[in-house]
Amino acid sequence: MAFKWSAVLTRSRHNLLNHLCQQYIGTSGAAKNGDFADIVISGGGMVGAAMACALANNSCLQDKRIILLEAGKDTGEFVVPDQFSNRTCALNPATVRLLSSFGSWQEIEGMRCFSALRMQVWESCADSMITFNNSDMSEPLAYIVENDVILAAIMRALKNVKNQVEIRYETNATAFNLPGRGDSEEAKMPYVKLNLNDGSVLKTKLLIGADGTNSAVRKASGFHTINRHYDQSAVVATLMLGEGLSNTTAWQRFLPTGPIALLPISDTMSSLVWSTTKEHAKNLQELSPESFVDAVNDALWHEREKNEIAGKLLDGFKNVLNNIVPADSDGVRQLPPTVIDVVDKSRASFPLALTHASQYVRPRVALIGDAAHRIHPLAGQGVNLGFSDVACLNDMLTKAVSSGADPGALTHLLQYETERQRQNVPVMLTIDGLQRLYGTEFTPVVVARSLGLHAVHSLPFLKKFIMERASV
Amino acid sequence: MEEMTPDEKAQKFQRPIAQTTIDEEEVSKFSALSALWWDEGGEFEALHSLNELRVPLIRDALVSKKTLEEYNVAKPLDGFWILDIGSGGGILSEPLARLGASVIGADASEENIKIAQAHLIHDHAIRDKVKYVNTTVEEIAQTQAGKFDAVVASEVLEHVADANTLVSCACQLVRPGGSVFFTTINKTRIAHLLGVVVAEHVLRLLAPGTHDWEKFISPKDLSYMLNKNNCATRLLHGMFYNPLTKRWSWTKDTSINYALHAVKAESNDSSNLWTDKPTQIKQEND
Repeated sequence: MAFKWSAVLTRSRHNLLNHLCQQYIGTSGAAKNGDFADIVISGGGMVGAAMACALANNSCLQDKRIILLEAGKDTGEFVVPDQFSNRTCALNPATVRLLSSFGSWQEIEGMRCFSALRMQVWESCADSMITFNNSDMSEPLAYIVENDVILAAIMRALKNVKNQVEIRYETNATAFNLPGRGDSEEAKMPYVKLNLNDGSVLKTKLLIGADGTNSAVRKASGFHTINRHYDQSAVVATLMLGEGLSNTTAWQRFLPTGPIALLPISDTMSSLVWSTTKEHAKNLQELSPESFVDAVNDALWHEREKNEIAGKLLDGFKNVLNNIVPADSDGVRQLPPTVIDVVDKSRASFPLALTHASQYVRPRVALIGDAAHRIHPLAGQGVNLGFSDVACLNDMLTKAVSSGADPGALTHLLQYETERQRQNVPVMLTIDGLQRLYGTEFTPVVVARSLGLHAVHSLPFLKKFIMERASV
Repeated sequence: MEEMTPDEKAQKFQRPIAQTTIDEEEVSKFSALSALWWDEGGEFEALHSLNELRVPLIRDALVSKKTLEEYNVAKPLDGFWILDIGSGGGILSEPLARLGASVIGADASEENIKIAQAHLIHDHAIRDKVKYVNTTVEEIAQTQAGKFDAVVASEVLEHVADANTLVSCACQLVRPGGSVFFTTINKTRIAHLLGVVVAEHVLRLLAPGTHDWEKFISPKDLSYMLNKNNCATRLLHGMFYNPLTKRWSWTKDTSINYALHAVKAESNDSSNLWTDKPTQIKQEND
């Protein structure tokens, strides 16, 4: 356009100088006053790094400055270790779509992942059970991937767009100045001001909190949270399985003390997630490997908690249902595998809790992943919900930026919050409900749940509905 | 408020005051007021959420004039000069600049200009793309006729004493082939009921006295005025504000709020009129 560039250049330089001088004089002592980013992501875990990767690949944001803050060290190039890690996730198709969109899924496939074609859920108090699989077992239900592999794959994809995102390792915010919070002058400013641990100051239009369950961003924002302590721990381990059929089923058995799950990670190995009471978890960790293997097998196989009344009622119910809806062959009960060994030093445990922030956003702040919601690992949904947050926030920011809005504008952030809570809250309530439902041996409850589970198992449309809900 | 203040006429004969050099003391004085303007859940909530409709409207109308090679997804309005009449706190000027446009925000209230500047100064990406000028539309029309690719008067018409003058000035300011955009309130009973009685007195979304039904204008009258000024109406769309979700949506019904896009006729002999973009303003201010 016929427009006097020299005039503009001079003017902007003049403005810049002016601004710098004013800042330098105006704020005594604070020499480092000016680092500015459009978007800052606090926390470089799986969800935070995926957020950075999604934003970096978003063409609408190509002229935005994005910074990822990670408190940990740069661990360098990841080499897939021979031994499996004991922390794994069950990634659903929606997560695979997100990771594929920026090339991380291809990296995961190049490293290590295993598909679960089928899932069987049953319990110790009755014979009811439910199985899930896609038709003719062609499409996996979920992919079981080690957390380390997921993170490494995202970091590799992030390296391909390193001009778009600046990663700062060993950096975290020590103080937050949020707009509209407090009476200070800073609170009136249209940006978030972060004091970093290296003494510098960083200003941003949008702060994304991906800093996990104990999120400092959430605390600084003063969001109300709902907490439920299950007084339970999850024991994780890597298990070696005995000879048997191909290892493509994810197993989950509800015990009165909590669910035990086996997720396939190779033809002969599975990853254990056993939720149980805190004392039991402690015992399990201290057992000798042989006794631990016995305990796992016992948990999968034992029949001593069978409830006779529920058993009889269920048999009758099965016959009735069988006459109405003939059973299909995919739904036959399979016997769980026998565990023969536990990988050395693979046992660990962590406490379980439910945390949900009543709000995910406020002006110029958004929470994603565990910072906003942490659920029981029962359905392996936790990280999938976090990745869905990433996809949703990325879409909302695209919408905001393409209509010229400030990325930290509340109007669009609220749309993100509404959309995500509509999905996250029902999932959390369902999982919390299941946890309570299966946490008892009280006969009427056992009867009700076993009949209910069998009904869902036998009625294809109901099952299909649940599977569709679980995979979006 | 994106409006010409009632004392517009009194200010009419003052020289335009150029506000380029930004005084830090002024900025802090006005930043409190600016925080009010820019509180998205506050008094101007409806204007903030109106951006969801009006910015894409302006963007899409202007972008359609570009070739594929010229199109840049992050800066779709790059290269366009837009005049925002009644720019207020800059709620519309800033998003347009973020899309790449060079924006002149004109407002008759000096306070509004300062409020807008106090907010703009913090956005490094666009602070050189927007210029707020304390002037009236008549005055700017005298020196900048035919210089703008688009002229926008959003939520302004219903506040001015003389809509005819505003429309004819807007049409003078835009270059031949350029676009004029209006959003305003229709002169219907239902608009009076919802826009004045309900919005101001029942729900108190607006301060009582914000709107004067006498000043409302129907799309038909507006089209007629535009036609007289050589501008043809291209698009007329109704807008609906849902006070529960606090969001706007497009609707066919234009009986309450509406948006109008008109295009000025290309003229054969006056192509030299707009070869220069409004550099005059820039130089004057430096």
